[in-house]
Amino acid sequence: MYISAFLFAGFVCLICQIVFDNSKLTPGHITSSVTVIGAILSFLGIYDDIVSKCGAGATVLIANFGHMLYSAGIKGYEEAGFLGIFSELLCSSGIAIVSVIVLSFVFTLIFKARD
Amino acid sequence: MNKEEYSKLVKKYSPKEPKLRNAIIAFLAGGTVGLIGEVIVNILMKSFGLARVDSYAWLAFILILFATFMTAIGKFDNLVVKLKCGLIIPTTGFAHSVQSAALDYKKDGLINGIGANIFKLAGSVILYGIVSAFFLVLIKVIIYG
Repeated sequence: MYISAFLFAGFVCLICQIVFDNSKLTPGHITSSVTVIGAILSFLGIYDDIVSKCGAGATVLIANFGHMLYSAGIKGYEEAGFLGIFSELLCSSGIAIVSVIVLSFVFTLIFKARD
Repeated sequence: MNKEEYSKLVKKYSPKEPKLRNAIIAFLAGGTVGLIGEVIVNILMKSFGLARVDSYAWLAFILILFATFMTAIGKFDNLVVKLKCGLIIPTTGFAHSVQSAALDYKKDGLINGIGANIFKLAGSVILYGIVSAFFLVLIKVIIYG
């Protein structure tokens, strides 16, 4: 598990670095595409297998954000129908959004910008 | 001098990016983040008795806490410049972009500065993540029931 976590996370970063160096895309383009690719892989049912094989190597990546959104949406539909997609979509990825907002707001009030 | 000659000249004198070295650094850095994540997940599972899924959620929180704090004290930018995609593609890059945008616009005040700009860089990840996930769920539901 440790080896596959290292290899998978490293491999994704390697591909992104190669794309980044050989195109004019900004980091914003790349992270957004990786998120969408994560959602697509989850749609194809591949990402669950990757998580079960590579463990945290797959969940530390931003692609996992797309995967969490998609799987929470499916779960919401199964529980509450069409409305469930809207109410449950942010369910499991909420931890990333809420913690990043709260922590960065608190730290921004405490610390000053540096050059 | 026409445009083509000029662009050739610019190419000749602009410093060459060491692409192979960048790729290897990104591989090692990204792999290390994954490895550390796996170690943290195992520690959480063994010492706190958490389920694997909950450990992944705690791991995301820990990584975000680490990245926002290091960015706030000014240590993370050098790391990102050195390790490039190795830190941008993991969740740390997401947290770093939110934190650095918030710090940069702090001088413009709470509403027009922090409030308006906190998702300046990371907003695209949230937007396209949610939109793509929503439509993929719709497709899945409509086609496969």
